[in-house]
Amino acid sequence: MFADYTAAELTSIFAMQGFAGLILFSILVLMALGLAIIFGQMGVINMAHGEFMILGAYITYLTSNLFSEHAAALFDGYFFIAMALAFVATFALGALVEWALIRHLYRRPLDTLLATWGLSLILQQTYRSVFGAREVGVTLPDWLMGSYPLTEMIEIPINGIFVMVLTLLITLGVYLVMFRSRWGKQVRAVVQNREMAGAVGINTEKVDRMTFALGCGIAGIAGSAFTMIGSTGPTSGQLYIVDTFLVVVFGGAQSLLGTVASAFTISQAQSTMEFFLSGSMAKVLTLLVVVGILMLRPQGLFALKIRR
Amino acid sequence: MLLNKSVPNIPAGNLIHKTLKFVPREGLRRLSRKVVARALAVPMLATTLAIAPTGAAEVNSTGLAVTDDTVTVGILHSVTGTMAISETGSVQAEKLAIEQINAMGGVLGRKIKYIQEDGASDWPTFAEKSKKLLVNDKVAAVFGCWTSASRKAVLPIFEQYNGMLYYPTFYEGLEQSPNVIYTGQEATQQILAGIDWVVKEKGAKKFFLLGSDYIWPRTSNKIARKHIEKLGLKVVGEEYYPLGHTQFNSVINKIKLKKPDVIYAIVVGGSNVAFYKQLKAAGIDLTKEKPVLLTISVTEDEILGIGGENIVGAYAAMKYFQSLDNPNNEAFVKAFKEKWGKDIVIGDVTQAAYLGPWLWKAAVEKAGSFDIDKVRAASPGIELKTAPEGYVRIHENHHLWSKTRIGLAQMDGQYKVVHETEELMEPDPFPKGYQ
Repeated sequence: MFADYTAAELTSIFAMQGFAGLILFSILVLMALGLAIIFGQMGVINMAHGEFMILGAYITYLTSNLFSEHAAALFDGYFFIAMALAFVATFALGALVEWALIRHLYRRPLDTLLATWGLSLILQQTYRSVFGAREVGVTLPDWLMGSYPLTEMIEIPINGIFVMVLTLLITLGVYLVMFRSRWGKQVRAVVQNREMAGAVGINTEKVDRMTFALGCGIAGIAGSAFTMIGSTGPTSGQLYIVDTFLVVVFGGAQSLLGTVASAFTISQAQSTMEFFLSGSMAKVLTLLVVVGILMLRPQGLFALKIRR
Repeated sequence: MLLNKSVPNIPAGNLIHKTLKFVPREGLRRLSRKVVARALAVPMLATTLAIAPTGAAEVNSTGLAVTDDTVTVGILHSVTGTMAISETGSVQAEKLAIEQINAMGGVLGRKIKYIQEDGASDWPTFAEKSKKLLVNDKVAAVFGCWTSASRKAVLPIFEQYNGMLYYPTFYEGLEQSPNVIYTGQEATQQILAGIDWVVKEKGAKKFFLLGSDYIWPRTSNKIARKHIEKLGLKVVGEEYYPLGHTQFNSVINKIKLKKPDVIYAIVVGGSNVAFYKQLKAAGIDLTKEKPVLLTISVTEDEILGIGGENIVGAYAAMKYFQSLDNPNNEAFVKAFKEKWGKDIVIGDVTQAAYLGPWLWKAAVEKAGSFDIDKVRAASPGIELKTAPEGYVRIHENHHLWSKTRIGLAQMDGQYKVVHETEELMEPDPFPKGYQ
């Protein structure tokens, strides 16, 4: 299939394809980090993860409207404020949901699945009532749009770079919080042995609430960032949820490093195959490979070694 | 097949999805629907109905819900669920048409009353509700459905109970029922004119076909490919992505490599937004000479979500654009905005839905009766000179003769009409040599 092209063309296409894979990698990590914290660390199957992301997207939409109407001069920078607001709002909603719903269900994991699925339906209908059934268009500041031409063939999408940098920062942030802070140590203690952690004086309820809220907050930031590349509508969250679970389960539910590794594997496999096969076939093959590997390694790529 | 067992009303081969964003949950819902449908079936049959007084007998010999001064029709669309995003416009258009007809004195001297049911984006629910409208409410006509899947679900019911459905969406063709009038375009009307235009005006030689992965884009691209090859031109790529797909970087790279003159895009739903945003981010500027992007799936409604700045410069081939410049359309747009708000946009399907009640009225008046059989016999040849899209006429095959237009997407989310076919395009739901 490459006979018709010059070497220079092929080199640039492979460079761009590699870059497309990296963008997909960043997107998967961003999507999955929040869930990895909630599902991996707490064992809560949060079916409403996509809806938390879309809340972030809607907050971005509102902020963009607010700025274009009242502070057009500052419009270029609104995206950062929108992301901060998205984090705050989803963090708060996450804490509320944990308090009202999730904490009663910690010993009944399958019930959390149903409860959060119900929550996702409630949130979808709320978005539909508040923002209308139609998708909304989020206007981006000019500097986030378009591409940076590296050579004649290679063009680097600016929003792709933005997502990559953002993912890097957030992953770094999560790493510091989870592995370098006192609070992170408490979270890991609770994950490994809840009773023992409680016995040594850790307030497990508070740790749970903050962990859940943090996961939701990261989902909110992800949703905010995704307004650059995807749609914002009441049911848009559904587009992400399957891929998100795929990444987390494949990586090994309890390992954050596993999530990153799994996102990398899936994104590279997916984007390479997408180039040589059709989009639907690439998806089918990716899923087959994941299923195959999970059959051989049910615990996922990385498993936490602890004594139960 | 499992599908057949759980949904007795829909043959498995007929589960055709026109615009659908999320499929996996259906399995869950279907189970409960089955139970509900069974439970409802018995009381439905037992319900009695008010038969119209004798004065109405001459215009209604089959016991439809017609009185001396009213006639009842049904509106059946999704106002909840995934499809609400698309179907809301159709409901609004149909209500507006009914209101206007009533203001003119109604149909055969009778005011139209409507019963609105919600299909809830769920095909078995559509079937259930259509049965309710036909059997319980005895409606004289139903305006409704949007996706092909919902139409296929209600079709056996309309044929069994002899109802009349006015279906507004442009669709893949390959269907012709005595109980349906198709007010949108079938595939060939939309596709052939568009490709002819881009070949003639833009000198296009190489095409890249792209679509969401289900029957409508696949059938449409099949027709497009045949037509392109008939013209002696080349298809350099054909790609499909799952519904709801949000990552188009790989296909955009392929497009860059193959350098087509035309990107022929039939992407639907939320994927649309992702596709156009990423196309722009990858440096493919649609306002430039090449490549030309031609779509048949993006109406003004979709642009609201995509954002005008992301799609400016793309071309769409359809029969109606809100910006059409004629007195009918001016009056229609004005009335629509007065009733539903000044910020609203009107897409191709919304206008087609608006035609439904008017075509039905004309057929009833020609037949001098509300009887379904007489209305059906009177339908072919019915003309509408007041249609916002201009003149339309019902063909023998129950589709409409209509013109196809090419619109150029603008920054403000509207299309500018740059071309329209001189003649009405003949509807051809079973195109020979294209299957």
